[in-house]
Amino acid sequence: MEKILEVKDLEVSFQTYGGSVKAVRGVSFDLHKGETLAIVGESGSGKSVTSQTIMKLIPMPPGKITGGQILFNGDDIVPKTEKQMEKIRGKEISMIFQDPMTSLNPTMKIGTQIMEGLIKHQNMSKQAAKTRAVELLNLVGIPMPERRVNQYPHEFSGGMRQRAMIAIALAANPKLLIADEPTTALDVTIQAQILDLMKDLQSKMDTSIIFITHDLGVVANVADRVAVMYAGQIVEMGTVDEIFYDPRHPYTWGLLASMPSLDNDNKADLAAIPGTPPDLTNPPKGDAFAARNQYALAIDFEEEPPMYQISETHFAKTWLLHPDAPKVEPPEAVKKRMRQLSSTFDQAVLMKEGK
Amino acid sequence: MAEKLLEIKNLKQHFNVGKGNTVKAVDGITFDIYKGETLGLVGESGCGKSTTGRTIIRLYDATDGQVLFNGEDVHGKKSAKELKKFNRKMQMIFQDPYASLNPRMTVADIIAEGIDIHGLAKDKKERIEKVYELLETVGLNKEHANRYPHEFSGGQRQRIGIARALAVDPDFIIADEPISALDVSIQAQVVNLMKKLQREKGLTYLFIAHDLSMVKYISDRIGVMYFGKLVELASAEDLYNNPMHLYTQSLLSAIPLPDPDTERTRKRVSYDPKVHNYSDKEQVEMREIVPGHYVYCSEKEAQTFKAQYVK
Repeated sequence: MEKILEVKDLEVSFQTYGGSVKAVRGVSFDLHKGETLAIVGESGSGKSVTSQTIMKLIPMPPGKITGGQILFNGDDIVPKTEKQMEKIRGKEISMIFQDPMTSLNPTMKIGTQIMEGLIKHQNMSKQAAKTRAVELLNLVGIPMPERRVNQYPHEFSGGMRQRAMIAIALAANPKLLIADEPTTALDVTIQAQILDLMKDLQSKMDTSIIFITHDLGVVANVADRVAVMYAGQIVEMGTVDEIFYDPRHPYTWGLLASMPSLDNDNKADLAAIPGTPPDLTNPPKGDAFAARNQYALAIDFEEEPPMYQISETHFAKTWLLHPDAPKVEPPEAVKKRMRQLSSTFDQAVLMKEGK
Repeated sequence: MAEKLLEIKNLKQHFNVGKGNTVKAVDGITFDIYKGETLGLVGESGCGKSTTGRTIIRLYDATDGQVLFNGEDVHGKKSAKELKKFNRKMQMIFQDPYASLNPRMTVADIIAEGIDIHGLAKDKKERIEKVYELLETVGLNKEHANRYPHEFSGGQRQRIGIARALAVDPDFIIADEPISALDVSIQAQVVNLMKKLQREKGLTYLFIAHDLSMVKYISDRIGVMYFGKLVELASAEDLYNNPMHLYTQSLLSAIPLPDPDTERTRKRVSYDPKVHNYSDKEQVEMREIVPGHYVYCSEKEAQTFKAQYVK
């Protein structure tokens, strides 16, 4: 499969009065054509910063890309100027933002907001752009698009606005779509519709999607592959089956165990992850998750764990996969979902430097 | 558990939005809340679930209907003294832990505000000791008392909100989407805390949320609201195993589960209120289909539901 995006060792930090906050600390992943990669993690884990960096939307300064490469179609976008980025944004890469209430311009008609990108990037005439805008609104399932195109955002409901935003993002047929919590502000029934819509459009247009969320249910629904982020690093990455049925990192266990399942009895307490995420001004020595990790080994507080490879597609950053590490039992709720996957290696392999 | 703590009778809350238009946010709902239970209230945004909570605690004056707390009406004319008594017994935890704490007050003052108003502490020493005790109950510590809300994370702020609600020893707490603004790993901490407090203090909760899996987990009974009406009310287990109202079915079919296999085969049901096709003669109301399971339906539908019910 064709690789559309390769992120290599990306490091982003923000200068603040309290010192520099290392929001992204060495993130590497790649994305194939037509694939959906979900990035999960709690707030402050760096998932939004990672995706905004891909579009170079982080404010610079105070933000700074301190290292790494972002190869989009083989072309590094880190050194690109603002002018060059304008050609990519909205055309090659677009973004759907979390909050449809605030990310549309309240003083512009929905139609005009969709047409903006078309006129700028595709040199369409106003007339042609308007016809296309109506088509797009129709495509995202908005009834009576001919009338809706002349309305303002306040005349749309939350779900409708999110659809309008998807229409804007898709206007120029982007190759990569970044969806930053696109359904978090919506109700479950509307969320279900939006997710179906995105999947449907993806199959029609062969777009690649980076889907950022903290809802594991949504991840299971949309993702082909999943990257779990914690404290600015990817701690586990694999196909959706590998992450949900054979998770290896204690943080992933914690996330899965802290969700109530619909069929469990509600007598037992939820297995909450204790504590709060670390302060990234001074990232802790060793494994950033060690302080909240009931499975932490002595070495976790001393040295950062390397990435281990569990199958062709499955990676985890934990000392527990070291051959000398003690065997541990994951939490009960996770054990219930574990199953043997055929693609798994007999033994976790230490990843070589430089990959 | 048969003792009723709260009876809500035909409660209505209409808002006048000008030009003679009214929004019927809550339109005649009736239910009871028993002592020591957790009643979950779910529905999509705008269905009136938060308005219901706020009307029960008298943040809004009800348009019509009654709220009986221990047999006494909450609404209607009241002397300051009577009101104070109610306010002590009923407390609220708000959705947004960032907006619901006064940024210019220290944590100690926020928590002790209720203690001061109701005169629950004899002197300064007792007051601050109560604050320390509350902080410890919700999993924070003494050192936090003199800090300001901005120094805390979302989960910690929600704990402060809970401590504030507990300060006056209430019997009944309305939690309006207490975990929606929190991260997954922190949500579980707050829910566990609420369950623990319920066990220890015998609290009664009205838990308002749209996250159905969490509501199922914490609630004994669940009410489903749709456009200002309660459409189904049943025990948590029964509602999930035997959803009867079409809206409940559609809501349940939309919850994404953290399991890729079920997600791949998921079938969604959509709901259109027109399918009921009620004629004018039919009386549509809450009917008890099986003991404890109420559905808003017509007589004819009730017969079908009864026939379809599987144990």
